[in-house]
Amino acid sequence: MNNKLKTLAKGIFDVSPLMIPVFPFGIIYGVIGMELGIGPYMTLGLSIIIFGGASQIVLLQLFSGGASSLVIFSSVGAVNSRHLLYGAVLSEHLSTLKLTWKIILSYVMVDQAFAVSNTYFKNNRKNENKHFHLLGAGFTCWTIWQISTILGIVLGSVVPEELGLSFTISLTFLALLINDFRKFKNIIVMSVSGIVATIGFNSIPFKAYIIVAALSALAVAALLTLMNSKEK
Amino acid sequence: MHWSLIVYCGVITFLTRFSMIFLLKKDIFNNKTKKILSYVPAAIFPAIIFPPIFLDNSGSLDLENNPKIWAAVIAIFVGYFSKNIIATIFAGLISYWFLIFVI
Repeated sequence: MNNKLKTLAKGIFDVSPLMIPVFPFGIIYGVIGMELGIGPYMTLGLSIIIFGGASQIVLLQLFSGGASSLVIFSSVGAVNSRHLLYGAVLSEHLSTLKLTWKIILSYVMVDQAFAVSNTYFKNNRKNENKHFHLLGAGFTCWTIWQISTILGIVLGSVVPEELGLSFTISLTFLALLINDFRKFKNIIVMSVSGIVATIGFNSIPFKAYIIVAALSALAVAALLTLMNSKEK
Repeated sequence: MHWSLIVYCGVITFLTRFSMIFLLKKDIFNNKTKKILSYVPAAIFPAIIFPPIFLDNSGSLDLENNPKIWAAVIAIFVGYFSKNIIATIFAGLISYWFLIFVI
């Protein structure tokens, strides 16, 4: 197997465990889309055009609450603004690629793909085909997301709401952080983010609580990093 | 809802992913910046995790008899010792079901 295929396969393999919770998430999204009456085409259309689970759920919540287009648009932008930071982290590894590659990889740069490919990039700096890892991880996420969305559309209201499957959204992101629980500084950063988001959930306009919480936590992270470097 | 809104939302989402990859060049960050950026997941994910766990449907703080808090604690506990993503998620989901259906 040549290096490109091998790296692609590694990307698919690495991201696969993270797809188990994504699948019910996609089903929930599909069911919610149908329940709110936007129809099967728009429900799937959101998954293809936006391709960002958390922001799609936020969009549906706001739409059903009668929010204006401008608020919905700003909120989707705010929820997805975390990708700016992902892009900044990954740019180091992707800057030499052609524009077409950058466009394709940007389209599939979701949370799970970023998490596994960022780790891979750090450990395999010399692999000149390392971007194939993100391609494999990203399109695995894409395929699973579309299939689960369709399944959710088909299932409609068959899945009982009592199962509380939306809780798996929190659990998925929590599971992505298990290695951070070992480091005291990371626990501080995570607490700041979580507490600011919880307090700001209602008080910060445009559902911008995610980016406000993230920037507050990053400011704390910067402070901790600078303090640490002075000690040395 | 209009398709145009969905397309606008798709464009802004794409731009959040594309802009930094497109604009930034190699080696623009020093080690300190990289260290800070490595905190990005820890800074963002809790903002997605916390509100659905600690807030009820009306958006007010729900700390008493909240099965999600206990299930999340168990998930963290399992995650800490197993270092296994799937085990973490299932531990959380199963203990959540146990708390709401059995107890």
